Amino acid sequence: MVRLRDLFLIFLQIGAFTLGGGYAMLAMVEANIVTKRHYIEKNEFWDLIALIQTLPGVFAINTALYVGNKLRGKRGAIISAIGAALPSFVIILLITIFFTNFKDNEIVERIFKGIRPCVVAMILVPSIRLIMRNTVSWKTIWIPFLTAIAIWWFKVSPILIIVIVCTAAILIEMFSYNKLKKQ
Amino acid sequence: MSIIQLLYVFFKIGLLGFGGGYAMLSMIQFECVEHFAWLTPQEFSDIIAISQMTPGPISINTSTYVGYTVAGFWGALVATLSLCLPSVLLMFLVIRFLMKRQDNHYIKSIFSGLKPVLAGLILAAALLLVNQETFCDFGVGEHNFSTLIFVASFVALFFFKVNPMWVICISGVIGCILF
Repeated sequence: MVRLRDLFLIFLQIGAFTLGGGYAMLAMVEANIVTKRHYIEKNEFWDLIALIQTLPGVFAINTALYVGNKLRGKRGAIISAIGAALPSFVIILLITIFFTNFKDNEIVERIFKGIRPCVVAMILVPSIRLIMRNTVSWKTIWIPFLTAIAIWWFKVSPILIIVIVCTAAILIEMFSYNKLKKQ
Repeated sequence: MSIIQLLYVFFKIGLLGFGGGYAMLSMIQFECVEHFAWLTPQEFSDIIAISQMTPGPISINTSTYVGYTVAGFWGALVATLSLCLPSVLLMFLVIRFLMKRQDNHYIKSIFSGLKPVLAGLILAAALLLVNQETFCDFGVGEHNFSTLIFVASFVALFFFKVNPMWVICISGVIGCILF
């Protein structure tokens, strides 16, 4: 049985040292929970990750919640999630307090003038990769572009778009599932 | 009042934020920059750059920053907790109902329907940042260094798969020298 304190410390460490988002964190979770300590079987772990990938919310937090729950129930889940979120919360809080004082500094302003165009490229790259990977067919290639134009030009809320797509997916699935049962 | 707005906005994003950090980014941007104007577009793009250089999920970093800017420490705490709360609630539901039936077809259907839309969400986040504030010397004077930085960053990230952290650091140094 894993101690709650250990679970907290594992996820605190993962939260404090993984740069580059949720998927970079995954390797560290696997190393700590599966390879080094054998708390969860490898297959079981990746089944869990496959489920988590389809869920909404912060990927790292979801991973902490489900792994924590698997090992120590609801309390384990909450404690792991707090451990995973705490480092970035504290670090950003400190930077924000610091940054608001230095934002108008001339050198800082010049540095960020250089960084801002780079940020556009940083967001553009994963979107192009996703379009290339997920919408290979000519039937669906227009969807990402239509979505982007709706948000960017016509100021349609992304949340509204997600709600509509979810509802449509559930309705279509309900309809085809019932038809399948009747046959 | 603004605390309640933070709670509402970030709960919504946590509940409907499918597809990882960058897709959530476009929701955060729409709500916090376009709708409530809590942040300027520059502040938003600065916090993304800072998020890339600090550990932890980009959406947690952004919610903490936005919360602090709007309502101080408690704002930061409320925004971050409300972002995570739907995950906690959903987990208890998922454990109860979905885990019993492996391969839930509704979740699968939602996710496959969302995939192309999520790519569009991220594309919109990039487009919304294309403005005079981001490209500070575009159409001003004879040089156009910001567009050059954009193109160089894109090539480095897309074709050479350079670590984003390096690209940010180098862009910062170039910015410091040129602007």
